[in-house]
Amino acid sequence: MEIGLITLAIILASLLGWLLKQSFNTQPWVADEVSATAHHGPLGDESNTRLIALMTLLAVVTSFFALILSAYALRMELGDWVPMTEPQMLWTNTAMLILASVAFQWTRNAAVKGRASRLKPGLIATGLLTTAFVVGQFLAWQELRANGQFMTVNPSNAFFYFLTGAHAVHILGGMYVWARATTRVLLGKAEGSAIRRSIELCTIYWHFLLVVWLILFGLLLST
Amino acid sequence: MSYVAIADRDHEQEHHDPQSFISKYIWSQDHKVIAIQYGITAVFVGLIALGLSAMMRLQLGFPDQFSFINPENYYQFVTMHGMIMVIYLLTALFLGGFGNYLIPLMCGSRDMVFPFLNMLSYWVYLLSVIILLISFFVPGGSTGAGWTLYPPQAIMQGTPGIEWGILLMLASLGVFIVAFTMGGLNYVTTVLQARCKGMTLMRMPLSVWGIFIATILGLLAFPALLVSAIMMIFDKTLMTSFFMPAISSMGTDPGYTGGSPILFQHLFWFFGHPEVYIVALPAFGIVSDLLSTHARKNIFGYRMMVWAIIAIGGLSFVVWAHHMYVSGMNPYFGFFFATTTLIIAVPTALKVYNWVLTLWEGNIHLRVPMLFSIGFVFTFIHGGLTGLFLGNVTIDLPLSDTYFVVAHFHMVMGVSPVLVVFGAIYHWWPKISGRMYNETLGKWHFWMTFLGTYSIYLPMHYLGFQGVPRRYFSMGNTEFMPASAQDLNAWITMSALFVAATQLLFFANIIWSLTRGPKSDPNPWDATTLEWQTPDHPPKHGNWGHDLPVCHRWAYDYSVPGYEDDFIPQNVPADKAPAGRDHGGED
Repeated sequence: MEIGLITLAIILASLLGWLLKQSFNTQPWVADEVSATAHHGPLGDESNTRLIALMTLLAVVTSFFALILSAYALRMELGDWVPMTEPQMLWTNTAMLILASVAFQWTRNAAVKGRASRLKPGLIATGLLTTAFVVGQFLAWQELRANGQFMTVNPSNAFFYFLTGAHAVHILGGMYVWARATTRVLLGKAEGSAIRRSIELCTIYWHFLLVVWLILFGLLLST
Repeated sequence: MSYVAIADRDHEQEHHDPQSFISKYIWSQDHKVIAIQYGITAVFVGLIALGLSAMMRLQLGFPDQFSFINPENYYQFVTMHGMIMVIYLLTALFLGGFGNYLIPLMCGSRDMVFPFLNMLSYWVYLLSVIILLISFFVPGGSTGAGWTLYPPQAIMQGTPGIEWGILLMLASLGVFIVAFTMGGLNYVTTVLQARCKGMTLMRMPLSVWGIFIATILGLLAFPALLVSAIMMIFDKTLMTSFFMPAISSMGTDPGYTGGSPILFQHLFWFFGHPEVYIVALPAFGIVSDLLSTHARKNIFGYRMMVWAIIAIGGLSFVVWAHHMYVSGMNPYFGFFFATTTLIIAVPTALKVYNWVLTLWEGNIHLRVPMLFSIGFVFTFIHGGLTGLFLGNVTIDLPLSDTYFVVAHFHMVMGVSPVLVVFGAIYHWWPKISGRMYNETLGKWHFWMTFLGTYSIYLPMHYLGFQGVPRRYFSMGNTEFMPASAQDLNAWITMSALFVAATQLLFFANIIWSLTRGPKSDPNPWDATTLEWQTPDHPPKHGNWGHDLPVCHRWAYDYSVPGYEDDFIPQNVPADKAPAGRDHGGED
């Protein structure tokens, strides 16, 4: 359970540091005047609200994957574990996901700089690359199944399907938000600031899932 | 989907005021309506779980007298009672119910930051409840694996409900976690982002602090339950061996290979222990506010109370294996977890001292919410002290499988939070409904519940010391159990039925209040917190009319020297209070 604990410790420590900053040396019992320009929340304007919600969600997803990895590490130590040979296709899939992240970053930069003409190609490229990743993962499953590497053959197989499946589900969740943003851009209904915000948040999510995948992939290769 | 943070809007006319009955009360995005929906659903399933406990007690008090209770459905009653009470009642009621109602009102916001997601959270929660209840009616019935659902027995022949019950339970938990995550994202973001001007973190009422930290615990801990539920579904349906060891069942080999049941226990309790505090921290926060308000005194050591909540939240992640001392762990692990368990008693004890010191020299009004709050301090000290026994490995080993443990966790996690739930409902009922309840009926409800629960659980500790084992359908004839143990069991059962029946007083009071209760003042308790300062009573959709409130002070300005009233609401500017005031507090 060390992996889960360390991950949670990092999440909690960052929250703690922030809370300390908020509360250090305050005297709650002293009343004072509030300036008319004070922010509603301490973290700034409305546009930060969705960013905070996303960060909270990412903490939840981090906890989820860290706990699966904890289980992986614990289960691996037992006698019946036979390491699985990963399909070569995963390398191609990884490349697709990296390119998808790069494409999203490119789109995001275009959105921030107000270059609206780049949004369409950027979003479509991201979608295609991400779809290629998901389809590639599915084909990797098919390849394993064709070789008789079913989920029940060994716990390492079971974890492989579980980890890749859980990751793909998170990608598909992101694709839903991507699809909403892309539809708005394609239909020309996108307001400048709203679509920019949407793309910025999606980019963070894509990078996050890329990092998760790189960790998972590294772990699967090394064990 | 509404992504816009409506909490920041200053004008009500921009607000999506619901028009029809359906948009106002069914598909409502108003946090107050959602809170009530959560509350009613949670109390409804809670009543089912109460009924199940009555059935269990009938068997234990009067063994084999009732033909409708056999060993199979006894275990189903135990399992469903535990799971419903912990997850579907207490977690949902404290966070979905009180969290939803109190966070925006106490923080001075118009609503949660994502109202649509908030509404979705309730309906997904309702779906999880429906899936759970369906499991009573499928072939084989609901699962009887015990609320901890330990493999391998949870999915092996011989345990009730292995056909469908266990799958529906795991699916329902998964759906519940999705609902909780949607709600939790809202609570955290609203607390961080949508507080009114002047409401700094260290001016938030402790109720909000408790709910806030509990939500963070839930968001980080529930994934452990989700992971274990998914893996167990795979073990059950796809015959993987995450948790299932190589085992033979009824003389046949089901085909599992060398999985680890202990792995499940780690994952389950990695969620399960923070879960205790997911329930307890909101109760701590609420009881702090109730004691302070009804004792007309500022809470003793506010900052210490905040940091105790945070410390307990953090420590709750490193004590989980004290639920597993009997699983045969390395003694050094046992030593580590016993130490962390005893350390967590320090911030918890600080809170208890501060509650008692808040009462000291206070102007105590023994109204119904205050009675329940003081009752909580009693039961919580009681349950907490037996926790110190069980936190030590050497004492836990002989007591672990006895009624001592049942008595301990019911005092600390059953009775204590439920007393706070009742105290909180009585306290905020005038704000929710606009009407007063019947004080006399409320006091009867308190005394009968409080004394009744002691009558149930004090003797249970004694049974535990005698070695009476928990989880057994029938005790049989054993030498170490005297015949009087059975008499005590019969007494406990009668007390339990009595306490269950007295809860009717609560519902009678609610009905009386809704039909005949006098209209309440907007602020009947002379409380300082913002929810009592709303322009409308009860507050309307959007909470604050035209202008959002501005917060100028903390929530505990009671009995301020030199001030005419014995309270100053949080939205009263500093210059409206007497200059140069010094009302003690902490330095």
